[in-house]
Amino acid sequence: MQALTNRLKLVNRKPMTFVEKLYLWNILKGMAITFRHIFKRKATINYPEQKRTFSPVFRGLQVLNRDEEGKERCTACGLCAVACPAEAITMEAAERSSNETHLYREEKFAARFEINMLRCIFCGLCEEACPKNAIYLSQTFAPSNYSRKGFIYKKDDLLIPHPKENPDAYAKALGERKKITN
Amino acid sequence: MYKETDILKESSVEGNLIINIGPQHPSTHGVLHLVVTLNGETIKKVEPHLGYIHRSIEKMCESLSYRQFIYVTSKMDYLSSHINNHGCAMCVEKGLQIEVPPRAQVIRVLMDELTRLSSHQLWWGAMAMDIGALTPFFHAFREREMITSIFEETCGTRLTMNYMVPGGVMADVNTNFQKSVKDFIIHFKNKINEYDELLTGNIIFQNRTKGVGFISKENAISFGCSGPTARGSGVSCDIRKLYPYEVYNQLDFDEILEPGGDCFARYLVRMKEMKQSISIIEQLIDNIPDGDFQAKTKAVLKLPKGEFYSSVESARGEFGVYIVSEGGTTPYRIKFRSPGFSNLSALDFMSREGKIGDLIAIMGSLDLVIPDIDR
Repeated sequence: MQALTNRLKLVNRKPMTFVEKLYLWNILKGMAITFRHIFKRKATINYPEQKRTFSPVFRGLQVLNRDEEGKERCTACGLCAVACPAEAITMEAAERSSNETHLYREEKFAARFEINMLRCIFCGLCEEACPKNAIYLSQTFAPSNYSRKGFIYKKDDLLIPHPKENPDAYAKALGERKKITN
Repeated sequence: MYKETDILKESSVEGNLIINIGPQHPSTHGVLHLVVTLNGETIKKVEPHLGYIHRSIEKMCESLSYRQFIYVTSKMDYLSSHINNHGCAMCVEKGLQIEVPPRAQVIRVLMDELTRLSSHQLWWGAMAMDIGALTPFFHAFREREMITSIFEETCGTRLTMNYMVPGGVMADVNTNFQKSVKDFIIHFKNKINEYDELLTGNIIFQNRTKGVGFISKENAISFGCSGPTARGSGVSCDIRKLYPYEVYNQLDFDEILEPGGDCFARYLVRMKEMKQSISIIEQLIDNIPDGDFQAKTKAVLKLPKGEFYSSVESARGEFGVYIVSEGGTTPYRIKFRSPGFSNLSALDFMSREGKIGDLIAIMGSLDLVIPDIDR
């Protein structure tokens, strides 16, 4: 091993006084600051019981949106799947038949729509790419499941509740997001 | 490469003992594996083993478009993800010759400095915890929470913000942004004095850090150190001063230099940098110009054929992005110069002939983020 050069550093250490050697004064000083915080306002919240409110732009789990009459907005154009950096979205398109007009907004719809929540990085590019305002990131977070397979969210898991049949759940799922018109 | 024969050679020396620190050790701040050769309590050699959290982000970026790859980089140095995104966005803008609107520039700088503050706060708590003082960690997280809340209400998430896009920022700032930043600054100015009172002036802390992990100016340069690690040895290397980007050349701030070269000097650099960040934020927060927050860009970005490099000052040092483009929609090759990797290379040099307890203090002062080192 080569001799280490330039390693020496003279530390100007004045000898410690007796009071400093005890370290007692410094410990007490630190303790005083720490104890002062006992009487201050608590900085924490009791999480599962109390929940903090999120801002309207919070990016949580994705939701597939419906319009006011409960028709699905998604037309399975695949722009979100192309935009996704994590390649988490897969979909299959199908054509609407004449007796399904009350279910889907346009002639094409997503027969299969899956998002792998384990791959998703919650960047919000799918929401930005969507021309139909069909997908958006909600304020739900921290999903839980028993198996990895359960995290591959199918269309049933992603769709927002029906606004006519279940208006309370719909309003809750929509959250503080501004109402999407058109 | 570290071979088994090397271990045998070193362990055969009389009195030498080889121990493994990590990869599952709280003081290594992640999955860093250190093979330490000891003689008694004295460190003879430290060999960092990397690769435990290697996700091949550089290779992954080759298959992603110029809009998409920025979002992956916030997973590298997760404590300063804004600055990572900023560097990548700047490199793409350089290739496309996009002029960023002044409003976006100011928002970017504000976000960068807030990120620097939050990163240094976490470092402050973590370093104190490494040395044995647990309380500062909670104090630091309490203030950091305010910054993450500011990020959340503007950018949407608390850690991996993905706010910078080529041409500006993703969305305009929240209407509440200026007020909450000002509230935070008023709150934090008192708190930083408390930080000083609690830790900087503490003689126990000073005895643990002064004269420990010394690296001279020349050696800091030759190891490629950057950021507070190099500035703690007196090397002037602040990218914000040397190669000003965005609005940094119009701002009034100091580059902090400490000649000490030991853990305490690096500590002081970061503490003083926090105060500089506060002053930068104060200068800008009332002067956010009106206008667009994003320049008009094409839907599909195509960089011209060539090589582009841009660097930003991250919380840990110089973060550089090097893109080789073949003219397509994805980069041909991408290389990130992460500050943590170069700073880690000096760890062996700093800790040799020191004591094993000092190794933890040195690692704390280097402010290592392992996903940044491994990528």
